[in-house]
Amino acid sequence: MIKKYRQGAYYGIFFLFLSVAPFFLTDFRAGLLAKFLCYGIIAVGISLLWGYTGILSLGHGVFFGLGAYCMAMYLKLEASPSGIPDFMEWNGITELPFIWTMFKNPVFAIAAAVLVPSLIAAFIGYVTFKNRIKGVFFSIISQAVVVVTVTLFIGAQQITGGTSGLTNFFTVFQVPLTDSGTKTILYYVTVFTLFLIMALSFGLTKTRFGKILIAIRDGENRLRFLGYNPTGYKVFIYALSAAFAGLAGVLFVLQVGIISPEMMGIIPSVEMVLWAAIGGRFSILGAAAGAILTNSAKSYLSESYPEFWTIFLGALFLVVVLYLPNGLAGLVEKVKLRFAKKEKKEEVKHAGDSLVS
Amino acid sequence: MGRKKGLLAIVVMSMLLAACSSQIETATEGTESASKAAVSDGDSVKVGILHSLSGTMAISEVSLRDAEQMAIDEINADGGVLGKQIEPVIEDGASDWPTYAEKARKLLQEDKVATIFGGWTSASRKAMLPVVEQNKGLLWYPVQYEGMEASPNIFYTGATTNQQIVPAVDWLLENEGIKFFLIGSDYVFPRTANQIINAQLKAKGGKAVAEEYTPMGHTDYNTVISKIKSSKPDVIFNTLNGDSNVAFFKQLKDAGITAEDIPVLSVSVAEEEIRGIGTDVLEGHYAAWNYYQTTDTPENKSFVDNYKKKYGEDRVTADPIEAAYTAVYLWKAAVEKAGSFEVDKVKAAAGGIEFKAPSGVVKVDGENQHIYKTVRIGQVQGDGQFKEVWNSGEAVKPDPYLKTYDWASGLKK
Repeated sequence: MIKKYRQGAYYGIFFLFLSVAPFFLTDFRAGLLAKFLCYGIIAVGISLLWGYTGILSLGHGVFFGLGAYCMAMYLKLEASPSGIPDFMEWNGITELPFIWTMFKNPVFAIAAAVLVPSLIAAFIGYVTFKNRIKGVFFSIISQAVVVVTVTLFIGAQQITGGTSGLTNFFTVFQVPLTDSGTKTILYYVTVFTLFLIMALSFGLTKTRFGKILIAIRDGENRLRFLGYNPTGYKVFIYALSAAFAGLAGVLFVLQVGIISPEMMGIIPSVEMVLWAAIGGRFSILGAAAGAILTNSAKSYLSESYPEFWTIFLGALFLVVVLYLPNGLAGLVEKVKLRFAKKEKKEEVKHAGDSLVS
Repeated sequence: MGRKKGLLAIVVMSMLLAACSSQIETATEGTESASKAAVSDGDSVKVGILHSLSGTMAISEVSLRDAEQMAIDEINADGGVLGKQIEPVIEDGASDWPTYAEKARKLLQEDKVATIFGGWTSASRKAMLPVVEQNKGLLWYPVQYEGMEASPNIFYTGATTNQQIVPAVDWLLENEGIKFFLIGSDYVFPRTANQIINAQLKAKGGKAVAEEYTPMGHTDYNTVISKIKSSKPDVIFNTLNGDSNVAFFKQLKDAGITAEDIPVLSVSVAEEEIRGIGTDVLEGHYAAWNYYQTTDTPENKSFVDNYKKKYGEDRVTADPIEAAYTAVYLWKAAVEKAGSFEVDKVKAAAGGIEFKAPSGVVKVDGENQHIYKTVRIGQVQGDGQFKEVWNSGEAVKPDPYLKTYDWASGLKK
């Protein structure tokens, strides 16, 4: 019972901090925090997939990127008075390609940003999980998907903008993106989305469904013997975390204003896993906080030490991986346990004292 | 043991938390001081330098940072700009495009820099473009690129296509033959460059026998080379980038194709890349740039001497390095002509400014904010330097949209 309240308190503090943060930060820092919140949304999905279900995907950059591209296509069309994005004109395209025409509708764009990643994940997941491909082999397949997607996006420069990606947007729903009012609204939309996703994920882990996920992680074969078929559960959770990443992509593009194939590559995909690892992959809140803290550290270090920051950041990662296998959330648990032990010891000691006396 | 580990971990994590909180502190402090401070307060003026100091592009971009730093040091030693010392704020773009956007935003909003010098790849420029436009900032971009752009908030001190690729193709048609083999890395610059080359060849009676792209960092060129052997081109037009050049030129030589058989003209291979690729495999091949370390001007002699003195005898200068160095001086000249650091005034004053750069006299085009540059074709010599075999004689007017070329009309519409 107490534990439940304590969890609630942590969530409360976290969201209280996020709600008041813009009042203390400059516009620029608030913008950065908004970007990190998008990363937090991805990390929550990874926590569900990796921490709870034990499936390590090294290809979430693709789902993030697809979501971001869907939104970016809508924004780019709104920013193109001639009806055709500028890069297409340079590439000699005179008519808007069919795929693009559908993204004139913002509802379609946002829906696609969530559905496309989850459908692709569901397909990949179904094919691999049904054939009982797991562990390292699944991770390798997820990396292959990254390479294929990035190559495709770079190759189809006429349609995707190539390595430069899509950028230079002005308005969303006819409202200028750079207005401070728009930025504030977008920030709180992001905080609220993160809240919904964390609440949904936290709730999910407490259900029977969540227990099955943990069972898949800890003993998939035993679960099979009990008569469960893990495939459906795994496909669902993989697709769900892909949908989260897609949604994060939508919010990211709105606030950062750029998406390029580089950002769904292997390095960003591995970084996403790192955020969850550092925050604590067994904790929804830990993973989200991990994404925010890791990226804050990255920004701070690279601003303070532009020449050496990668070394510091690398050392930090190493230390966390070596000494904090369960991440920050694990550390909090450890500290709590130690205090609990101390209290107990002291109680025993006192009890002994009283006996002696 | 376990306790020790735990303790260490706690220390590290608290350091991390401290770092984060101090970031927030400096942020709030920053606003206070920033809102008080104008662009140029007291005796100094801040400028931003934004290149990749880490990641795959660092190998190229660190030299640009060095060149800009050198120009700033020279100007400061000479009394600064409008009596103020230039104070560079250096940021790392980390070879990552959103990071470029983030850091450009930081430089303009937090540091309130008067201008930014930065970028190398087109993707990094495209990422910074909306940021400098929305924040009414100024960016000096020092690398040759694919054209089709003229942002009112960017000055382009590298070549656009009609100052590098177009004259290079004309020169090859005249001197080497009409059958072209196009090979490039798979990204925006080579693909756009090859579209232009195709249109130009078509109009001038040449022919592209093949157009091949390989992913960035690709190292196996046997298939491409066998295609070269079977298609028998007169010349290879190379827009490969970075490491791929090492593999491509080595394998080309191993296949027995020499510069006498089929010469390669590269547009991304400069003095610095020659060091990495190796002189033995490059000797006799061509490059098209606006500047070489061997370019014969009095300004270049002292530029090369100073650069080597400052950064080491083994360092070489190259076209983008010279363009980065020139950018700082052009900005200084524009500020002095305007009598102000304000972006609008500097922009208005910049048109028509001339500067005796190491590459020769350059002039800012007030309309598209590119600069007039002399085009030079160079041939790689045994010592790793270029020998100039042709130049345009005068500085060529920049034309990023190729408006003055009839054959290019099909490219835009």
